[in-house]
Amino acid sequence: MSSHNHQHAHTIADDIAEKTFQDVSLCYQCGKCSAGCPVRYYMDIAPNKVVRLIQLGFYEEALKSETPWLCAGCQTCSTRCPQEFDLAKFMDAVRELALEKGVEIKHKDILKFHEAFLNQIKRFGRSYEIGLIAEYKMKTMHLMQDVDSGPDMFMKGLLEVIPHKMKDKKSVKDIFKKTAKK
Amino acid sequence: MKVGYFPGCSQTGTAKEYDISLRKVVEKLGTSFDEIKDWTCCGATSAHVTNHMLASALAMRNIMLAEQQGLDDIVAPCAACYNRLVVSQHETMTQPALKTEVEAVLDTKLNKEIKVMNLIELFQKIGKEKISENKTFDIKNIKAACYYGCLLVRPSSITHFDDAEQPSSMEELVELAGAKTVDWNYKVECCGAAHTLARRDIVLDLSKKIIDDARDHGANVLVVACPMCHSNLDMRQRAMKRAYPGHKEFPVLFLTELLGLALGMKEKELGIDKHTIEFNYKELAAEKAAV
Amino acid sequence: MKIGVFICHCGENIGRTVDCPRVSKACQWLPGVEVSLDYKYMCSDPGQNMIKDEIRKKKLDAIVVGSCSPHMHEKTFRKAAVDAGINPFLVEIANLREHCSWVHDDIDAATDKAIDLVRMAVEKVKRNQPLTTIEVPVTKRTLVIGGGIAGIQAALDVANAGYEVVLVEKEPSIGGHMSQLSETFPTLDCSQCILTPRMVEVYQHPKIKLMTYSEVEKVEGFIGNFTVTIRKKARHIDESKCTGCGLCTTKCPVKKKAFNSFEENLAYRPAVYVPFPQAVPNIPVIDETVCTYYKTGKCQMCVKVCGREAISFDQQDTLVTEEIGAIIVATGYKLYNIEKKPEGSMIKGYGEYGYGKYKDVVDGLQFERIASASGPTSGEFKRPSDGKEPKKIVFIQCVGSRDDSKGFSYCSKICCMYTAKHAMLYKHKVHDGEAYVFYMDIRSGGKMYEEFVRRAIEEDGVKYIRGRVSKITEKNGKYIVKGEDTLASMPIEIDADMVVLATAMIAQTEASELAQTIGIPYDKYGFYNEAHPKLRPIESTTGGVFLAGACQSPKDIPESVAMASAAAAKAMVLFGSDKLEREPVVAKVNELFCAGCFLCKKVCPYGAVEVKEMKDRNGVVYKEIAYVNEGLCQGCGTCTASCPSKSIELAGFNNEEVFAQIAAL
Repeated sequence: MSSHNHQHAHTIADDIAEKTFQDVSLCYQCGKCSAGCPVRYYMDIAPNKVVRLIQLGFYEEALKSETPWLCAGCQTCSTRCPQEFDLAKFMDAVRELALEKGVEIKHKDILKFHEAFLNQIKRFGRSYEIGLIAEYKMKTMHLMQDVDSGPDMFMKGLLEVIPHKMKDKKSVKDIFKKTAKK
Repeated sequence: MKVGYFPGCSQTGTAKEYDISLRKVVEKLGTSFDEIKDWTCCGATSAHVTNHMLASALAMRNIMLAEQQGLDDIVAPCAACYNRLVVSQHETMTQPALKTEVEAVLDTKLNKEIKVMNLIELFQKIGKEKISENKTFDIKNIKAACYYGCLLVRPSSITHFDDAEQPSSMEELVELAGAKTVDWNYKVECCGAAHTLARRDIVLDLSKKIIDDARDHGANVLVVACPMCHSNLDMRQRAMKRAYPGHKEFPVLFLTELLGLALGMKEKELGIDKHTIEFNYKELAAEKAAV
Repeated sequence: MKIGVFICHCGENIGRTVDCPRVSKACQWLPGVEVSLDYKYMCSDPGQNMIKDEIRKKKLDAIVVGSCSPHMHEKTFRKAAVDAGINPFLVEIANLREHCSWVHDDIDAATDKAIDLVRMAVEKVKRNQPLTTIEVPVTKRTLVIGGGIAGIQAALDVANAGYEVVLVEKEPSIGGHMSQLSETFPTLDCSQCILTPRMVEVYQHPKIKLMTYSEVEKVEGFIGNFTVTIRKKARHIDESKCTGCGLCTTKCPVKKKAFNSFEENLAYRPAVYVPFPQAVPNIPVIDETVCTYYKTGKCQMCVKVCGREAISFDQQDTLVTEEIGAIIVATGYKLYNIEKKPEGSMIKGYGEYGYGKYKDVVDGLQFERIASASGPTSGEFKRPSDGKEPKKIVFIQCVGSRDDSKGFSYCSKICCMYTAKHAMLYKHKVHDGEAYVFYMDIRSGGKMYEEFVRRAIEEDGVKYIRGRVSKITEKNGKYIVKGEDTLASMPIEIDADMVVLATAMIAQTEASELAQTIGIPYDKYGFYNEAHPKLRPIESTTGGVFLAGACQSPKDIPESVAMASAAAAKAMVLFGSDKLEREPVVAKVNELFCAGCFLCKKVCPYGAVEVKEMKDRNGVVYKEIAYVNEGLCQGCGTCTASCPSKSIELAGFNNEEVFAQIAAL
């Protein structure tokens, strides 16, 4: 008897399967994920269609989509999926792959926010709001956003001038170093 | 009774009043906290949407510290931290390859699973009955819409906490404290916390829908158990008014603040005065009487 | 002893991986083998003739055929042997296809293994004893379990062929789910109108013994010879006296204590009730759990109004025993329920659709009752919460079905059709109403089915939206249905007045318990298993037990009826002869050696081992030993493996034969 397993090239779909421990063929395109997605109205491609693009091998189109970046990670889709496909995890993997493959990210602000956030952690071990806001604003040049709530919060003691540092900052730097993408 | 405590970054900054009210309420109910020493950020959304290894390692560093400190269970009052810690621990402990990698990054061996609790589970552990036993102030004019948000109940296959679609455990605590609750539709809808800075338009839209639905179903207060949700729902209301003319202010309380009121503490004591939308129980009761 | 070996190539099936000429040549030299040949198709006429000729020519005593599985052609080769004058049990099959060629790639190794298999068979056949088939009598009576459309059809077919039928129905009336339906697809004829004549025919048929409000409690025996115990639950009404005037049911003061299950809980019923006006038999039942008399000892209104003294409060359940030859199981289905169930339940409910807290979110059968002229709204479309006519209805398909996360992966098959019908019936009556259907795929395979769905869309203007609904919420008396049209890739929100869920067809609550009582296998969902998915879809794997209708898997009315007639035909095939032939592969006890430990009795899964008293010439019992009832024994061999003194043996597979086979390896 001949073997039915053919060797094939490693694809993006395989990468996703490795990162999420689930195969995209699980999805039968019912659209329940898109139906319940709170940020659906802001997306360029419906969440189920991102899966469809990967199923069909249109990887570039999928990785370029804004949708993974707009995903709020609320897991409503994963909770309700009739096929128990964890779409939130899938979106994490697509974002990671988009960064790894150097695909141009349409939603730069969101990426810049994440970068700014992680920079605070890298530096202080904990998130530091003023630093985060300052860095994010410098990165995006959205200088006037949120000016309404800042002073008020400051007066109420909710924004700290000095970051809450933790002691063993080296261990956190190590974590960032060891997990940095090559 | 002593419980391990992972405050999370918000507790030290924008949600200081959550930390204040939580410590006061817990103390009143006869429990004290053992804070994880030198804890780090859980990595939050930013880590897990861009780098899975980083997310796992940041979260697991705290689990590691808890183990080294000899803790069996810890409470993470922020729903987002809770979710990250529970999910990271589950993934790390059930996937041997990931565990090996995380251990290499942290330069340690992970031996013990730590029970990570959310705020509601903490009160279930302390004893729900203690709330009604220690109640000294009547808050019956509060009609609370209990808001779980997305991360408190998900993923239910890992958290095994309450019902993912129609949860009721927060209502139980709120009713034990003497307030009334309403049945409403946005209990588990997302407020968009992940996009709080980058896409404020989305956050305003989602948060407004949540507030409107609570009001439409007869609530006069929104009760939350997450600093992310609180900052979106409370702090963003000023911007909401500009984006949606006609928006009426709606008070948003932390569950701990509501419990604190029932336990006889004053608004100021609990840090409620730090909120963007003012809340004063006496005023609420008077308004209600006037209607 | 002279043995013949015949190796079949099975075309390419065996020949491709096993060198058949080499096998036959090698076997030529085995001790006792007189002749060894190979041929392309041994099961063909020339192949069989070759076997017969060799038996006659070489005066063979036994043969070994190296071919496909004995399941396929053991009968064929045994018959050839009998034709040539050899006892059929002196034929052994070496399975060279399923056990060898199909599972191996290497020709040399496979050929060596084939030779081993034939050699083992040769050693066994040398020791085989000639056996004769066992004959058992047949009781020509059929038990039909379940009085829905499948059970009714099966009972009528068997009875009309002249055989007696016992029809057992657990509800107070026959009719099943079909009696609840408004109209039926794809012809839109009235369900009651076509069903009621059949129900009456059952009731009046001289060959049918109808037992309603009864349940099968025990099944003993075997094909052709079952003894069935049936519990006749107490109706608290003397059936011989009741005329079905219905006065007791109208005068009963209990009005709102019990939901009317025939109306799918959309209405109430009194404590003494007939499930529906056309019920057969038209005899009421008293529900002890809500009747005032059983609680307080007072009331007795029914006794006062009954002119026939038919009320019998102290009536008890009775057990009835019936001798039966064939059993037709037609117990039907129930609908998936979206309510929250206790932890660990197989049914997980739908929290996202409100766990049943919304009054105007109903299931398919509830909608049938609302649409039915005899239903609680007299066929007018009114929603349960406030009785208003819904102007916008959303139908959601695949609720429970095709949903792994809720535990049911299969397609319920009928929902696409009945949803189209529901939308159509609604549009026919509410002309200004809007009907939306959320679907995943439209599965309308069947005569005039696809045309029916197209009619709903093209002529009646039903809007079909391809996508699953994520959530239903309620706001100001409207139900907000959140979906996505995956074809247009557009999120869609509909504020509906009413929502109809096409919930999955699932197995009856006690389906697995009944299967264990009868002794038939069932799948993980509780549906009964057929013996073969293609070639034996009507039979269960237990001899004499046949399946009809939705108890086997989701089915619509025509399919259930067809299956019921097929099951009736299967029963009649059984009744075609007076005696049944059975394979003589049964256990036999060596009476001298048996020590009477009865371990065999304990382990026998068929209850075939009995106690036999050994008496001396004065009639005094000197020992008790095991005895095998040949009718019940299925030849599984469990007893022979467990006997400590080796005194129970299976004919055709005794220790000597099997050990010789092993030793030959």
